[in-house]
Amino acid sequence: MVYLFDRSLEGLLTSVFEWFERRPGKVTLMPDVGHQPDAFMAFLTIQTSREKADRVLKGLLKRLDRAWLRKLYCCYLSETPEAFNHIFQFCCYVFKNHVGAEKNYGDPHVLAISKYAKSVEREKHRMEAFIRFKETKDRVFYCSIDPDFNVLPLISKHFKDRYGDQQWLIYDHRRRYGLYYNLKTVEEINMDFNNKLSSGSAVSFMDPKEVFYSTLWKDYFKSTNIISRKNTKLHTKHVPKRYWRYLTEKES
Amino acid sequence: MLIFLAKSLHLLEIVFVMFDRIRKKLTVLADAAKYDVSCSSSGSDRKNDKRGLGNGHISGICHTYTEDGRCVSLLKILLTNHCIFDCAYCVSRKSNDIERAAFTVDEVVSLTMNFYRRNYIEGLFLSSGIFKNADFTMERLLRVVKKLRLEEKYNGYIHLKTIPGASEDLIREAGLYADRMSINLEMPTESGLKLLAPEKSHQDVIKPLDFVNKQIIQFKDEKKLIKHIPKFVPAGQSTQMVIGATPETDKEIMYTADTFYRNFSLRRVYYSGYIPISNDTRMPIIGTQPPLLRENRLYQTDWLMRFYGFNIQEILNDQNPHLDTDIDPKLSWALRNLHHFPIDINVAPYRMIMRIPGIGISSANKIVEARKFGKLRIDQLKKIGVAYNRAKHFIKCIDSPFQLRDFQAHQIKAFILTESESKYLKNANNQLLLF
Repeated sequence: MVYLFDRSLEGLLTSVFEWFERRPGKVTLMPDVGHQPDAFMAFLTIQTSREKADRVLKGLLKRLDRAWLRKLYCCYLSETPEAFNHIFQFCCYVFKNHVGAEKNYGDPHVLAISKYAKSVEREKHRMEAFIRFKETKDRVFYCSIDPDFNVLPLISKHFKDRYGDQQWLIYDHRRRYGLYYNLKTVEEINMDFNNKLSSGSAVSFMDPKEVFYSTLWKDYFKSTNIISRKNTKLHTKHVPKRYWRYLTEKES
Repeated sequence: MLIFLAKSLHLLEIVFVMFDRIRKKLTVLADAAKYDVSCSSSGSDRKNDKRGLGNGHISGICHTYTEDGRCVSLLKILLTNHCIFDCAYCVSRKSNDIERAAFTVDEVVSLTMNFYRRNYIEGLFLSSGIFKNADFTMERLLRVVKKLRLEEKYNGYIHLKTIPGASEDLIREAGLYADRMSINLEMPTESGLKLLAPEKSHQDVIKPLDFVNKQIIQFKDEKKLIKHIPKFVPAGQSTQMVIGATPETDKEIMYTADTFYRNFSLRRVYYSGYIPISNDTRMPIIGTQPPLLRENRLYQTDWLMRFYGFNIQEILNDQNPHLDTDIDPKLSWALRNLHHFPIDINVAPYRMIMRIPGIGISSANKIVEARKFGKLRIDQLKKIGVAYNRAKHFIKCIDSPFQLRDFQAHQIKAFILTESESKYLKNANNQLLLF
């Protein structure tokens, strides 16, 4: 049997509720968009319900510690259909077994959750490292990103704590939303300004000091390198090529 | 109008000249600082208070990596490369004919702040050549960190060099603002140091290391009684040794490291492969490959000591004064101690599981958790992340194939070597030429 849900976290938790309500045996959870009906497989579209989701969440809170809840959330943010299904199976597994069952790394879903969580956390950490702000004329520090997973909710706190005295804006242009910090709170913003910024006139938005500091940074990057230790393989292992477009020091 | 234009053009020119000067200084002083390999920005949980800039990240962040694969986390610069000492292994030595430069306090502060604001760096690593005397130098370093912390409200990471011979008052005050302090041992043995830097001795390093360590302990004790005690070097101390400039054995190097870890509760000892920078006949000549593989093996040993519960005497001793180059130290320990193996994954204690080649800390943790739910099989081990091809010679699990004969150490080594290819293979030949 296949359960279809609307890709929301609440929808996912509701489907766990529905499974325990009906107990239909083996079920696969899939996102409803792009689902191809199968002649031999019955399917059920889950109606997302806030109350049901809340009850499941309460149950999870009782059974899992913070670290595991974060793992589940990270896994959800990976936005891959397999990950959704693993969360669904994992939740059912946790409710069916006694407390502490989430530590059974021999179980395929437990292992999958920790693997997905690990790659999302890695991407989150990379964003914390590789984001390079450029100061605009109106004193906003701006950066646009294109992460593999939806990590903006995870990095928000880090940047808020760190850059408390400057306005900043991080825009995820694949998912078309961004975070803007106005010196008090972080706001989620939606706007379509990609076309303007990606055109050649981008430099005119920037503060003139920006050229100075980016040049100094590029100089520093060059002079801190030890040529006789050159190790390109290690270099690209730590900074995979797909991140180079973020990095000021990699601009020519 | 014309006058105004001329004025602003003049201003622009001044700005440009200043920029050019800073650019030049940065190139010289970053180049001189790069041989200090310490890069870590971890261990400090300094919070951003009073709406300032920056906070510590407990595990540190590497913001980029140089083309030699080393992490760039901190803006690593010297305040100046003028130096009154003439240490043979150092680029900034007095007798070396190189360009000299010096930053002003304001220049360092402004560079740090502006790089930090753009998320280029995690903090500042500030070292310096000794000009005039130790106290004069230390006082300048102190002025930089004080200005950052007090005037600019900067809460990012600061790694500060303790200048040997500086007065205790200055060092204590610096400790209130820095996250980590370090002094380099430079040569693993006293005799090596005497050979290349006759003016220096290990004692110069030990005294301030010991002083800062005692201060850290004292501040921690007071913190237990009174809550609002300021932080004192929250990320602890580290040191660095240059490897391969003088003919020490791996045993001597690691025994020194072990002593310093124990006596001064150091967070890290860094091993920096000597990069030939002079024609001095006491050291490897220019053009010699830096000992990268040896450096790697030393770090592996360091990790075994600190995280895997190995005693240094087990890995290096009079029978084995050098680490194997073709296999890692954990595997080589296992091959010398085959009587401990095979280890049964499903019953062995955690500390023994950590000693199996091919099993790391996180796999060991997962194994210990998972086996409470049932006996583990080979396929589960592989999925948990064990390097099974390596580990299989040393473990037993529920479906391990029955084996009629016991293999000898050299046979197991041959099996493993044929299956794996060292990433250092192309460097391995150069290594042997060195010694």
